[in-house]
Amino acid sequence: MKSELDIMLTVDGAEERTTVEPRMLLIQALREKLGVKGPHIGCESGRCGACTVLVNGEAVKSCMMLAAQADGAKITTAAGLAAEDGTLHPLQQAFHEHHALQCGYCTPGMLCAAMDLLKTNPKPNENDVRQALRGNLCRCTGYQHIVDAVLSAAGTLGSGASAVKGAAE
Amino acid sequence: MVKFGVGQSVRRVEDDRLITGGGRYADDFRAPGQAYMVVVRSPYAHAKILSIDTESARAAPGVVDVLTGQELQEAGLGEVSNAAVALIKQRDGSPAFKTTRHVLAVDRVRHAGDAIAAVIAESEAEARDAAELVMIDFEELPVVVDTEKAADPSSPAIWEEAGSNLAYDWGKGDEEAARAAIANAHHVTKLKLINNRIVVNAMEPRAALGMYDKEQDRYTLHVPSQGVHGLRDRIANDTLKIAPEKLRVITEDVGGGFGMKTFAYPEYPLVLYAAKKLGRPVKWTADRAESFLSDTQGRDHVTEAQLALDAEGHILGIYIDTIANLGAYQSQFGAFIPTLAPRDMQAGVYKVPAIYNHVRAVLTNTVPVDAYRGAGRPEASYLIERLMDKAGYETGLGPIEIRRRNFIPAEEMPYNQKPSLPFDSGDFNRNLNDALAKADYEAFEKRRAEKAKEGKLLGLGLCYYVERTAAGMSEFAQLAVDAEANVVHVYTGSQTNGQGHETVWTQFISSRLGLDADQIVVHSGDSDVLPGGAGTGGSKAVYMSTGALGVASDTLIEKGKQIAANELEAAVADIEYRGADGEAVFAVVGTDKRIDLFEVARKAEGQTDSAALEAAGEYKEAGNSYPNGAHICEVEIDRDTGDFEITRYIAVDDFGHVINPMIVAGQVHGGIVQGLGQAMGERTVYDEESGQLLTGSFQDYWMPRADDLPFFDTSYNEIPSKSNQLGVKGAGEAGTVGAPSAFINAVLDALRLAGVENIDMPVTPYSLWKALHGAEEKAA
Repeated sequence: MKSELDIMLTVDGAEERTTVEPRMLLIQALREKLGVKGPHIGCESGRCGACTVLVNGEAVKSCMMLAAQADGAKITTAAGLAAEDGTLHPLQQAFHEHHALQCGYCTPGMLCAAMDLLKTNPKPNENDVRQALRGNLCRCTGYQHIVDAVLSAAGTLGSGASAVKGAAE
Repeated sequence: MVKFGVGQSVRRVEDDRLITGGGRYADDFRAPGQAYMVVVRSPYAHAKILSIDTESARAAPGVVDVLTGQELQEAGLGEVSNAAVALIKQRDGSPAFKTTRHVLAVDRVRHAGDAIAAVIAESEAEARDAAELVMIDFEELPVVVDTEKAADPSSPAIWEEAGSNLAYDWGKGDEEAARAAIANAHHVTKLKLINNRIVVNAMEPRAALGMYDKEQDRYTLHVPSQGVHGLRDRIANDTLKIAPEKLRVITEDVGGGFGMKTFAYPEYPLVLYAAKKLGRPVKWTADRAESFLSDTQGRDHVTEAQLALDAEGHILGIYIDTIANLGAYQSQFGAFIPTLAPRDMQAGVYKVPAIYNHVRAVLTNTVPVDAYRGAGRPEASYLIERLMDKAGYETGLGPIEIRRRNFIPAEEMPYNQKPSLPFDSGDFNRNLNDALAKADYEAFEKRRAEKAKEGKLLGLGLCYYVERTAAGMSEFAQLAVDAEANVVHVYTGSQTNGQGHETVWTQFISSRLGLDADQIVVHSGDSDVLPGGAGTGGSKAVYMSTGALGVASDTLIEKGKQIAANELEAAVADIEYRGADGEAVFAVVGTDKRIDLFEVARKAEGQTDSAALEAAGEYKEAGNSYPNGAHICEVEIDRDTGDFEITRYIAVDDFGHVINPMIVAGQVHGGIVQGLGQAMGERTVYDEESGQLLTGSFQDYWMPRADDLPFFDTSYNEIPSKSNQLGVKGAGEAGTVGAPSAFINAVLDALRLAGVENIDMPVTPYSLWKALHGAEEKAA
């Protein structure tokens, strides 16, 4: 009875084939079918951004896309941002240095949203960063250290921002 | 070289896994052969259940079982915990009314979202499909959702047994003295305010994976919690009616809790019961809509208060009348939050000779209310700081001078505020002065005049908050030296929900034993490992866990000395531990004879009962600590549109000694934003007629986003607490305690320019526009 579709995704560099129901969301396919646990589910309605991944380089809330629609796409999650030898991406490193995460649940999505921003606007100011991240809810940090981290990764963390005291020089 | 010691902004050890998608949250757990559970919830806020027909659901593809409340009752399952009700004694001496909450409703539902049945299937989709086939006949009943209306004796009682919607009528303090103070006052400031209901909305929804081992007759529950031991005891004792050791509760990474993840929710015994019955693991994960309808919510008070002053503006007394909405059922700590949790925090940081706090708690057809970040303390602080501001304006002293006049001075510390606030330390004037300087208070009127030219109303608001952190519990810790791997395993009974416990405990043990960070591995969240644990809640983890770790490390060193004495052929009394400057060795005093900690552990294997060098610690000595500080907020309001912006926010906090300033800054920022969230937009609306939660999604329920906020200027004045060894005060909730009144006082400071004298949380552009518009009409 069930109609199922065969799809192929390249997730963080690895080719993956799986079968999905037509109604299955991309986030469900990633988590349930492929065991990719980095992107999280926070609202299933495109409002919190915890499931944000990069689809062919663009930030997409993966609860707003059917898995079947992503057939053939290149998906990058937080796990795929680091170099192959494990060296953190400068943005990940900045999140660490600036204490841009607490519980970490929104973090994989935040990273992907910020990656998208830095691709289109490599030298954002504070307002640019805040605007770019408004689709991603964080209940822990008050966003301050996240904004610091993104500005720092872009090299635009100026004196007006609130660099963490005692930050590594 | 940056040392990994106490007092440093050490970067977090937990970050690596969390920024690379390697976190292990509750929904990430899968057990082989697991079935999926979906909960069928009430579409009505108040109704009788006439019948439940599960036949079609059972026949649906993939369905394994359908559970109802009747089956659970027949199986002997107990109630969902409401342990705190027993702590409440009413004013007339009688016990509080106690609600009965079944795991699944049997013949009555009392809020929209009340759990009625559970469908278990091979896949989540199949369980969801079948859940829609459970046929329930309801007879709708009248609904009560509003806090004040529920207290009206003419409103229908949603618990007939109680005779009204009053769960309890409670009071604390000297009522006569407070009344006399008001009667004899030179001036009385009166205020009525709403402390609005909050949906907690941790970003990670709740989830539960239940397993049962038939051979051992033992349950295992994977769940996001704020402490596995407390949860284990409540589920085992109150609901499953089994010995606690028959249940193992495991929590790994938690995506935020804020109080809400402390409690034993119905879904937890449900997956355990199902796992045993079906002989396979059962998994449930809430979606966001379910979180809105089933996670405990916060606050929801309506308060009227009177503040009595003498001719010089000194406080003579305070009388408080609060109606607190507990929701449809008393949640685990629900009864505790408006009463015993704040204790006498209503007096704030001021000398108050007489105070009486009268609380009437009501039951309504709404989601149960329980602890939300601050739990009773933000409510208390909001009230006293609104009162002080109002009194400052009414007396002409202004908000700053009236506070200064009533501060408990630093010279009088420790100060025993009657009836029960033994402040151990604090310098309120100093923090206030520093905050005013940082806010460039002297230039405020100039800024305000400039903004006025642009049609903007600029307001500056002040809050001096104090918070009392939790005490009176036991915390446990254990250390085990692993000689093979050259690491020390650290076990604590606390539970991080994202605050960075792994890093802070690592810093503490690093400084105690002289080890590098990568030689320390922190574990928590397994109820089988330690005899108990207090979990996270009440901003106490930093002193409770370091207390327990301190006891454990002292014991470990004493044990190690015995072995080292043998190995070094010296008397135990001559052995010292050197845990600094790159050393982690036992040495004979005054010599260079030494033996490494890990070498001692290797030797220990032959000499002690246990396999390795290990030690346990229990700590319960800590008293309450009193984090406090000054928050200043500046708000700019557009007179025409009501749109507003926070243009300045300063917090000068006294958290005693700060172990990791970076982590504390994160706590303060996040706390402030949760407080601001309540004050500037989080609005929980239940329909008065139907009882439906109208703000049941992120579309309808506003939460602060990145572009709604300014940068916060936070700093610390470290005045050590005298109530614990480290001199720390606990920083987790402080921001949430201080922010709401700082923001609202700023808004009111601006609105006064337009003749508006009162406004309630949450302030929105619309509510500001209405207030400004209404004032204009009145003036016209």
